[in-house]
This record gives sequence, C-alpha cells and structure tokens, in this order.
Amino acid sequence: MSGADDDGTSDAGSDVPARGILDRFRDGDAGLIAVTMLLIYVLFAILTALGPSEGPIVGSILSNLQAITLWTALYAMLVLALNLHWGYTGLFNIGVAGFMAIGIYAYAFMTVPKDPSRPGAPPGLGVPQGFADAATGLLPFLDPGLASFLGLVAGIAVAIVVAMLAAGLVGAITALPALRLRADYLAIVTVALSEIIRLSLLSREMETFTLGTNLNFELGGIEFLPDVPVGTGAGRGIDIPINPTIPVKRVFYTNPGNPAAGDTTAVGDLVFGVLTAPPFGLRETTVSNLAYTLVLVGFVAAFYWLLVRIGNSPFGRVLKAIREDEIVANSLGKDTRVFKVKVFVVGCALMGLGGILWETRTGFTDPTSTTMMPLQTFYIFIALIIGGAGSNTGSVIGGALFAAVLFQGPLYFSRIVNKWIAIDTPPQTSHGALAEFASLDPTPLLAYVVSNVSWLRFIIVGVVLIYVIQNRPTGLLGHRKEEAASVSLSRRDRPSGGAVAADGGEDRE
Amino acid sequence: MRTVSDPDRPAAADGGTDAEESVDVEDPADGDGPTAGATGAAEEAGGGTDPAAGTADSATEEAARETPPSLSLQVDGLEKYFGGLAAVDGASFVVEEGSLTGLIGPNGAGKSTTFNCITGVHEPDGGTVVFEGQDITGFRPHEVANRGLVRTFQIARELEEMTLLENLMLAPRGQVGEKLTSAVMPGLRGRVREQEADMVDRVWETLELFEIDHLAEEHAGNLSGGQRKLLELARALMLEPSMMLLDEPFAGVNPSLEEKLLDRIHQLKDEQGLTFLIVEHDMDLIMKHCEHVIVMHQGTVLAEGPPAEIRENERVIDAYLGDEV
Repeated sequence: MSGADDDGTSDAGSDVPARGILDRFRDGDAGLIAVTMLLIYVLFAILTALGPSEGPIVGSILSNLQAITLWTALYAMLVLALNLHWGYTGLFNIGVAGFMAIGIYAYAFMTVPKDPSRPGAPPGLGVPQGFADAATGLLPFLDPGLASFLGLVAGIAVAIVVAMLAAGLVGAITALPALRLRADYLAIVTVALSEIIRLSLLSREMETFTLGTNLNFELGGIEFLPDVPVGTGAGRGIDIPINPTIPVKRVFYTNPGNPAAGDTTAVGDLVFGVLTAPPFGLRETTVSNLAYTLVLVGFVAAFYWLLVRIGNSPFGRVLKAIREDEIVANSLGKDTRVFKVKVFVVGCALMGLGGILWETRTGFTDPTSTTMMPLQTFYIFIALIIGGAGSNTGSVIGGALFAAVLFQGPLYFSRIVNKWIAIDTPPQTSHGALAEFASLDPTPLLAYVVSNVSWLRFIIVGVVLIYVIQNRPTGLLGHRKEEAASVSLSRRDRPSGGAVAADGGEDRE
Repeated sequence: MRTVSDPDRPAAADGGTDAEESVDVEDPADGDGPTAGATGAAEEAGGGTDPAAGTADSATEEAARETPPSLSLQVDGLEKYFGGLAAVDGASFVVEEGSLTGLIGPNGAGKSTTFNCITGVHEPDGGTVVFEGQDITGFRPHEVANRGLVRTFQIARELEEMTLLENLMLAPRGQVGEKLTSAVMPGLRGRVREQEADMVDRVWETLELFEIDHLAEEHAGNLSGGQRKLLELARALMLEPSMMLLDEPFAGVNPSLEEKLLDRIHQLKDEQGLTFLIVEHDMDLIMKHCEHVIVMHQGTVLAEGPPAEIRENERVIDAYLGDEV
C-alpha cells in the first residue's frame, strides 16, 4: 500500500507489464493512497523534527513513521471489512468490536499452551506447539529448529483460519434471524451482541472451563472427545505468547518468544547492524515492529484485493443493489437474503482476522482492552465515514487519516508544545483555563489543552465528524463511480466487432 | 400465436418470425401438405403475431382455433386480507401469451395488491397464481422473477448510486459471477469476465433502444422522472422475461415520452412476443392500446374482455362514476 512497494515494482523491470502497472499506479487508486500516505509521512516527519527526540533524528522519524503506518494498517483492515458490510451492502453492523473479540479469543483458545507458564492462567489447546512437535517428527530431513518453526507457522495459520471461521459462524448466527428484519434491527442485534460477547468474556464463569465435559468415551483403547480445559481468563486477561508476531520475530531472533534468552540470526545481525547504527539508531524492538508493520501492510493489500475483487463482480453489483433498494434487487431475481448472509459472514471473518492481527501482537489481552469496546466500532465507523463508504480506496485513506491525523496527530502536537513552551502547572479544569484566557494570556489554555490532549481529541474527532457529515456526507471518495463489474462497461472500451478486445477484457482489480 | 405445447420452449428472445415458425412446428399433426404453404404465408405476414390479422392459410387458422392461444398467467380466486380488510377478494383472470392486457380500476380496487400477490411481495391468503403452466402461488419475489415474470414499480425505483450501466448489468439471469467463489477465485473469474463482456453489448443495445445511452455512465439518481421510467423498463427487459407486469408505467410521464414508451412496448410485444400486463389509470390509453382489458373493483374482477365490450359495460361505467355496484 505504501509508496515504497510500488516504486520497487517499477524499478524491478522496464518491460511492458511493469509499465502497465506503473501507469495504473499513476492514475489509479494505488497512486491516490500513496500520495495520501506520502503527505502523512511528510507531516509526521516535520512534527517529529519539531518535537522532542532522543537519539538521532532519522531514527526518531523512522520509528514514528513505523508507528503511524502500523495504526494506519490496523485501521485500514477493519475499515475495509466494515466497508464490505456497510459501504457495499448497507448492512449497519455496529458490533465490529464483538466480531473482533470472537476472532481474538478463538485464536487465543487455539494457540495458548495446554500448560501455561503463569500459574493460574487459563490453558488453551496449544495447536501451534502441537504442530511444531509433529513437524519435528514428520520432517526428519530438516534441521529440527527449522522444522519446528515451520510447524509453528502452520499451527498459527490454522489457528487464524479457525478463528476467522468462528467469527464468520457467529456472524451467520447473528445474521440469519436479524437480516430478515428491517435494517435498524440488525444494528440493534449487532451492538447488543458485541456487548454480550464482551461481558461474557469478563464473566468469572468462563475464566477457566472444560470443553466437552462428560462426553469422553473410549473405543478400542483410544479416548475420544476428551475433556479439554480452556478459559478466557476473564478480567485477569489471557497471555497469547504464540501470536502472529512470532514468525516475524523469528527472522531476527533464534528464540522469538523471548529474544533476550536467545541469539540473533544471520538476518537479524545484518539488519540490526544497519538499523541500530548511526544514522538510524533504532532500537531492536522498533526494527521487529517495523517488520511486523510491513506484514500488516501486506494484509491490507490482501484485504483490498479481496474487496475490490468482490466489489467488481456481479456479486458486488447485487450487494450494491441491496444497499440501494433491496426490493428492486429481489424483484430482479436476486435472492437477497443469501447474498446478505454470505457477505455478512465474509465481513465478520475479516473482522476476526483484523482483531487477531491488532490485539494479539502485544502477547496479552483482556476484555477491558479498547479493541473490544463499543468505542472501537465507532472509531472504525468514523474512519469509514471520512474516507467514504462504498469505496475501498476511501476506506484505506479514511483509516490512514483517522489513525494518523486525528488520533496520533494531537499527541504529537502536544509534545511539540511541551518542548517549546515552558508550562509550570496546567490548570485543572477547563474553567480555570478559560478564566485566564480572558486576561489575554493563552498559556494556561494551551497548557490545559496539552495536558488533556488524549481526551480532547474526542472533541476534535466529533467536530470533524460533524463537519464531514454536513459538508461531504459521502466522505472523501464515497460518491465516486467505482463500476461494479469485472470488465469495463464503458463504450469506448468496446470493440466495434463482437470479440472482446484486450482492453475491454482486461481484468479489473 | 403459440400453441399449447409451446411453454416448454425457452422464453423467446428471438424475433417474430420465430413465433410464426413455431406454429409450423406444431403443424405436422394436421398433415404434411399445407405446411410448406403455411411457412410461405407466415413469412409474408412479416412478424405480425396477432392470429386474427395473420394471412396464414386455412390450415394454420384451423390449428389456432383448435388449440386456443396459451395462457401466460392464470389468477384464480386470489385473496389478500390486511387485518379485516379484503384488499383482493377472489379475483380471477387470465392473461394470454403475447398479449397486451390492461388492468384498470378505481383507486383501492386492489390492482397493486394483486400485482404484489402475483410477484411474491405479498403472500396471498387464498387462490392460486399459475405462470406458464406452473403454480407460483406464494413464491418469493426472486423466484418469480427467475421464471421470467418481472415487474416494474409504480414509483420508479432506480438504484441511485449505481450508474445506468450497472443498473442494467444487474438484471440478467444466471450470472455465474453472482456466486462469491466465482467472483473471487482466480481460476474461475475468467468465465465471469467472458459472460460480462457479452452482457455489456446487450446492455448498450438496450440503452440505445430506450434512447438513454448518452446517460449510460451517469448515476441513476441524476435522471429525470421520465428517464427513470425508461431505465426501469430497460432494466426489467435485461432479465429477458417472457412476461412483464408494469405498474402505472405512464404515471407522471409527458405525452411524448408516453408515446415513446408505448412504442417500445408494442415493439417488444410484436418482435419478441413478450406478454404485458399493465396497470393504468388512463382509461383512454388502455382502451386504445390493449387487446384485452380487466376491470377490478373492490377486490374482485368486475369485467373482462376486449376494449369495445368494456366500454359498453354498464357496471364498469357505474364503478368509474362511483356508484355502488
């Protein structure tokens, strides 16, 4: 998604296909996204340069841009998933956080070791570890370390797929009764569901429990359906040591679970050698975060590809028609319920995946995390509204603008103010801040703003939202014509003869 | 023009000459001799589908008499109640294949409810609806449409944020790309693209037929009221239906556009053998253009017959003048 990716492609070869990609990039949506990201990068590079910094300035900028990209990518994935529901199909799903939570916890159930290291912590199924152990046995010709790592990666992939299926299944269960009702009821059902999920995860009842109690039986000496202890950890949270950052860290460290306990790999030596030295001076953790961020950018690209693919097809056309007027779609022979359920399930699965990539990267979660709060759903909605519902490019840009400018921007701003303006003690209340402002001294107000910036940015978000809804209700790119078809429909692309020319038949992705 | 065994044939999207030939196909039962002559005569008729106006020889006429024109739609004893109110109260009528049939009646006569019951928007409380020999009572709207019976709406329902091209591309039946897997999986998308590329040509032809091709890439929401009516008809046509139900297609349409719409309807009926059932308030228009008129009043069919007969019908006149019948 970032400019660097596409530049790499165009540098790689100067043959015809590469030029085609370059052309598409220049006047297409990838260009739009790249330009937006570039502007954001320039803005934050300047903000970083102005703000306080430790160590070399290049390193600070790079590390801040990494953080900006990380948040952009996380939001972009979820905004894209919501765009499939709300933007394309008009399904008003305000339970995004709930479906993310399902993904996160299903992933946790799958990956948490059977005997967790922390006493009293909830056990899980330990699937990746099982795969890793199996792989060492099955692939004797490989280095045991490598075989075990491959097994682990496969296990993580399986866990992710299962978690996506779980989120999709919950989506289907929600959708089946709710989609038969009017649109507003879906909203009520989804928001209620997301709260039910969050509160259930908080409940002590599920802190540790046993799957399949009393279902076990023996047949021919093999035990079937054994009792499996699992748990959510309730309010105490759950450790997720085997998370998707592990394979990324494995590139740099021999012991990715605990880098300090192991060595750096050859690749790690090389990369760290460059990036931790001047002029960069990055910390090792920043480097591995940067690598994970690049992986996330890859996921955003995959989400984007999938959504464009869905959107630019007869399937996507029906979705759009459902959004515009379901009765018309129905009376033109489309079984709209089936389409709605399908798209709801796919969107929920993507939300589950987004949740996993978002939340598990820190190796720990609990239900009080913002990721699973209803607030999260509304952030994602705001990002989509800014970018433009119905446009995938708009979704990515909206995610970027929201995450970077609206959410991180104010924090950077406050750091700059802190650096340049000496403030003794900020007033405790807005009243105090305003009272002194009346005496023409702006410092107390500024001090108040700066010290409360993480709360005041909600006001900024609110103001921006009101402005967008009043002045550009379709968002930045919402009203654009993104033809829902797999081929170009325009007449100038039509050959005069019957055959499909290369131009008209070009796949639109 | 088609004989009873015809409904087995796929919905005709072909020209009127084919409709003539279909009679010949049935002819061998009557003997080999006249068939050749009938073909010639039918070709001379030049696509006319009205058996009475045809210049076909006596053998064909006899065949037509023996096997009456087949019925597209048979509605029998249709009932629909809203609460205690009978919106449709035992309405029965038939629509002949290839005909232009008008459905008229005062406000509240149950015309729209009848439409909704036929097309599956409402589930009827009683009675049966048979379309092309198949009982479609209680079918859901998409099932009805997929059998070739498509409707338009009283107030044009364009898909505003979709271009005209997208609006039309939506309608065709049997699109492989409507399956999620075909739309997404790399190996399967080739067929979707092929099919769509074929459809694009037909979409443009249809837009040209309705003279809205210059607006093709506009959002449908930008169209004027009359253009929306054209779009709706064009879109319904893309489904390649064998019968169309038009709910007040001329409401709020200026006379010249009305003329254009009527031309298209006659053209489709004559050239493609489409059957039309039109709900309309304008009595004169119905009387002038329809071969068969159904009059509804208070949820039942008051009278049915050719326009001339209906015009003379005392009960119809009373109903329209508001007398109790």
